[in-house]
Amino acid sequence: MVDFLSFRDDEPGQEPAVTFEAFAGQTNATAVRIEPGDDARALLPSLDRISLVEVNFPVFGDGRGYSAARILREAGYTGELRAVGDVLVDQIVAMRRCGFDSFRPDHPFDQTAVDAALARYADVYQKTVDGRAPVWAKRHPETTHG
Amino acid sequence: MYRYDQYDQSIVEARVAEFRDQTARRLSGALTEDQFKPLRLTNGLYLQLHAYMLRVAIPYGTLSGRQMRMLAHIARKYDRDYGHFTTRQNIQYNWIKLEDAPDILAELATVEMHAIQTSGNCIRNISSDQYAGVSADEVADPRPWAELLRQWSSFHPEFSYLPRKFKIAVIASPEDRAAMRLHDIGIELVQRDGVVGARVFAGGGMGRTPMVAPEIRDFVPESDLISYVEAALRVYNRYGRRDNKYKARIKILVHELGADEYRRQVEEEFAAMKQLGLDPPTAELDRIRGYFADPAYESGLPDSVDRSDPAFALWIDQNVKAHKQPGYAIVNISLKPAGGIPGDASSAQIDLVADLAERYSMDELRVTHAQNLVLPYVRKADLFAIWQALDDVGLAEANLDLISDIIACPGLDYCSLANARSITVAQKIANRFADPARQRDLGELKLKISGCINACGHHHAGHIGILGVDRKGVENYQLSLGGSGAEDASLGAITGPGFDENGIVDAVEKVTDIYVRERTAGERFLDTYRRIGMKPFKEALYG
Amino acid sequence: MKILTGNDLPTGDVIWWAGDGWSRQIAEAVDVGDMGDDLARREEAARHVVGAYVIDATPTDDGPRPAHIKDRIRALGPTVRPDLTLKPADPEAGQWVI
Ligand code: SF4
Repeated sequence: MVDFLSFRDDEPGQEPAVTFEAFAGQTNATAVRIEPGDDARALLPSLDRISLVEVNFPVFGDGRGYSAARILREAGYTGELRAVGDVLVDQIVAMRRCGFDSFRPDHPFDQTAVDAALARYADVYQKTVDGRAPVWAKRHPETTHG
Repeated sequence: MYRYDQYDQSIVEARVAEFRDQTARRLSGALTEDQFKPLRLTNGLYLQLHAYMLRVAIPYGTLSGRQMRMLAHIARKYDRDYGHFTTRQNIQYNWIKLEDAPDILAELATVEMHAIQTSGNCIRNISSDQYAGVSADEVADPRPWAELLRQWSSFHPEFSYLPRKFKIAVIASPEDRAAMRLHDIGIELVQRDGVVGARVFAGGGMGRTPMVAPEIRDFVPESDLISYVEAALRVYNRYGRRDNKYKARIKILVHELGADEYRRQVEEEFAAMKQLGLDPPTAELDRIRGYFADPAYESGLPDSVDRSDPAFALWIDQNVKAHKQPGYAIVNISLKPAGGIPGDASSAQIDLVADLAERYSMDELRVTHAQNLVLPYVRKADLFAIWQALDDVGLAEANLDLISDIIACPGLDYCSLANARSITVAQKIANRFADPARQRDLGELKLKISGCINACGHHHAGHIGILGVDRKGVENYQLSLGGSGAEDASLGAITGPGFDENGIVDAVEKVTDIYVRERTAGERFLDTYRRIGMKPFKEALYG
Repeated sequence: MKILTGNDLPTGDVIWWAGDGWSRQIAEAVDVGDMGDDLARREEAARHVVGAYVIDATPTDDGPRPAHIKDRIRALGPTVRPDLTLKPADPEAGQWVI
């Protein structure tokens, strides 16, 4: 069973993530944890000093964290982006596509299920922040290169 | 119509494999029901009153004869020999076994069909005008745009756990045949300076708090469509309410923020997103458009039809509509036979319609939000043969848009959320107004019935709407008047206290009597209601 | 009386707790007293049932009659398709629901 999963080459961030409010008043924190109601955009001015953002999913059905992740990546954040909480193995593909690169689920994943999920979809319809070419780009290589 | 390429096919097949694996994990106990439920729902699999129910997507209501035949096959092999066409142009099966569901999805995939996102808090099947491509009043065929949105919304990673379900409709005519403004996002294709673009509405919907969507953008060019809609969804995903399921639809967000503020936020998001290269090149929409090009119409076909059979002539006048191409017609097949179950079709009927589509309609047919079927490319010379074939299987009812062409959700006979039965009420009303001459005299009259406030039967948009409620464990029915899902969209107003099952049938008759008494020449029921208001109807009902 | 109902996990069939297992016939349902919730949890965990819940019913000569119309329709089948109910041969079966 897997209780931590990382797709990064560097060591996972160890610094305890501070809350969103604490982060605002603490100029030296480098790890922050955001809850579903927090506005990820407020972190954008501080991105260069952040090395870990934990996005909490108190319940798996609350999808705000997917938008938060994409917003951070779209703004150029390259540090660790970790999904924590009620994260299910059937969600990790979508989370990877939104820019998450590490996972600390409340309930450990089964490695076989992780591998199967990650291998399943060879093609995707949307362009997101994960660098995968959507099918429209594959269909029209001449117009979408570069 | 659209055909899958290797990418579309591989994605749908991957989904089948994924669901097979998820089902196996559920049956083995690796997944709890709480964990499995959202997974099966995004594959259209509900647990309903009597069994699992599977909803299969019919993107923008268009399908081929081969696909239609597959729907019959599934009804025969895995269900109890029938299916139910829904108000979102889909089909659902009422008696599915969980253990069969992966095989059913695999069979659907062989004909380029699926059940992806037909339920759950995600972007649902895109709906459209059943006359797309064949009506003279459209600025373009809306279906390529709908297909582009279908692909974009399929497995959208950011929008799989929205606050609530999300329904999009695309039309392209001034006449709205798809209840566009009662969708979470409604798109009307319009022309500006010779260029087609999208006029976007947001925040419509039925349910507990019905709303007609306000316009949020008068024109989105084709090259911005995806990033604009993506921005509209992102604002909703972030700020739509999640504290109360009944306030979670986008209509509440748009209403609470106000259309202007919602629009402002979307524009702001859009300005950022437009930079990200999320939009496919226009060549992609052109590629899709290629599949929706006009078929090879024959020229020089006769426009006249032999009307000497009076029953045939009545059917033509009621169910057959003008086609943009001379010599052709649009045939509506009513799934509302007298006393039948609205939207239900047996596998034999489904097969027969598949045959007719192949033989007489360029291998294409449509499903309408009014739970009827359409053959869109019929030579007028073939109308009589089609009518005879339909009559043989009980599908030649000449009642399109008349009082017996009732939209009814499954209600308490099938649906676990229902308060009251819908179908029985539809049957009783259809029987009360059984005389076809009386129906024709009443003219266009859209009667819509929902078994609970979720409003799957579109009762808010009915000229006459009926809502089933639970009154201390007894079925009770509220009557509303004056709704419309068309281009003159409006929400019905409740007449007053509810009625029991027989009382509601009497009540419907009373309001139609008032209409007959008060109407002026050429007025439909809805027009008369709008002119004279609720009072005379109330007096007749409760006076 | 209180009876326990739910759906069979693999097939989705409506089932009723019959004392030593599940039955498709409501006539075989037994009074679960105040044990219903515990039973439901145990049987759900064992994957014998999905969506189990306890309802009120009245004992009659033909077996328990659920207090709410929704459960009576579940017990019999759709009233608009008598041929698909548990009593297809009995044209009066639908009356029991109302
Ligand atoms: S309106 Fe209510 S009763 Fe009817 S199908 Fe929808 S949820 Fe079920």
